[in-house]
Amino acid sequence: MCLAVPGKIVSMSGDDPWARTAKVSFGGAIKDVSLAFLPDVNVDDYVIVHAGFALSQIDEKEALLIFEDLSKLAAGLDGDGESPA
Amino acid sequence: MKFIDEYRDPVAAQRWLAAIHGLVTRPWTLMEVCGGQTHAILKYGIDELLPREVTLLHGPGCPVCVTPLEKIDRALALASRPNVIFCSFGDMLRVPGTDRDLLAVKAAGGDVRIVYSPLDALKVALENPDKQVVFFAVGFETTAPGNAMAVYQARRAGLENFSVLVSHVLVPPALEAILGSPSCRVQGFLAAGHVCAVMGYTEYLPIAARYKVPIVVTGFEPLDLLQGIYLSVKQLEEGRAEVENQYSRVVTKQGNRQAQSIVTEVFCIVDRAWRGIGVIPGSGLGLRDAYAGFDAERRFDLSEVGPRPEPAECIAGLVLQGLKKPHECDAFGRRCTPEHPLGATMVSSEGACAAYYRHRRVAAGQEGAR
Repeated sequence: MCLAVPGKIVSMSGDDPWARTAKVSFGGAIKDVSLAFLPDVNVDDYVIVHAGFALSQIDEKEALLIFEDLSKLAAGLDGDGESPA
Repeated sequence: MKFIDEYRDPVAAQRWLAAIHGLVTRPWTLMEVCGGQTHAILKYGIDELLPREVTLLHGPGCPVCVTPLEKIDRALALASRPNVIFCSFGDMLRVPGTDRDLLAVKAAGGDVRIVYSPLDALKVALENPDKQVVFFAVGFETTAPGNAMAVYQARRAGLENFSVLVSHVLVPPALEAILGSPSCRVQGFLAAGHVCAVMGYTEYLPIAARYKVPIVVTGFEPLDLLQGIYLSVKQLEEGRAEVENQYSRVVTKQGNRQAQSIVTEVFCIVDRAWRGIGVIPGSGLGLRDAYAGFDAERRFDLSEVGPRPEPAECIAGLVLQGLKKPHECDAFGRRCTPEHPLGATMVSSEGACAAYYRHRRVAAGQEGAR
């Protein structure tokens, strides 16, 4: 039930902070999403959406870390310098 | 889709798997907390690709599974009333109550509607002023802010025909209940990423320290799960017990303050019964007194629905605590299937029993399923 899906904000509307909404694209499928919990997002930002509410803005730099960590592992640079098999 | 496809890359997955294989020297038992993670682990066969030393137990993070029988029976009683429109997330409709489910009530003429968001239920109330609209407010911390917002907006709009049947649960007290059990086998947790997107992860720091277990906030895609397992095993091998954040693209340490504030405005912490497990102190959310007028259990007389015994054969409670695996149940795949479930863990796609039934490549009860 805690399923939440990443989508891209394509437009926003509303001034009341509790009732602000966005049209969010999930791979082309557009849905109306409440921005009540994310007052600072903008068009083109990616958000995680659960049950009609955007809960978190995706940090695009942090999103790359998992691949950088993997490269470091392969290069034997992980933490204390040990190398994986 | 961006932020999904790249985390399913099979080459990167193989490399994370190799890293885990290179790390393990001893047996370790981890528990993924969230049913969504259980589903992904079984779907991608991650548990079968891990070193034999690493065992994954499946946690209680499935709201459909832990909503107590009595609460389901109350939902059925409400949905059967002629002047009520009962709104629910779709996965609650097939959860067995004592003698039927919400789908059966709907088939018998009850006005039961599936909603995607609690705000949809609010809309139904606005459009049907001559009916009482009840929303089944279930879920963990991820779902609580949206459900709180629906109640908040109903009060602001003076909506008198909207109420909620609340069965909200919280993750940290459940982890402590599992860790406090003498038969606990869990040595590390993959914490539920979307719960932490709302709550942050500071409340896990004292649990990791007190019980000396690594807790790694983990996402839901295969690479997320593999990295979460890698980080947990690395901590265990090195004798550390810390809280780490694998899912940093979505989760911050403090979580979402706006979401937390609406939850605190509408809900307070209460003792809550978990189906198959029993009452866990301080493990749930209930409506604050200021919002008590929106509590369906106060608005409607439900005195005819009392405590009911669980089906004797169902071991869902043991499965939810990681004490048994689904295929260790005699009824699994025989007298209990997703079409004819004995317990809720066989209903939801996030329930461990349903995930095993759907994705296991071994027959029911056969040896070899880990």
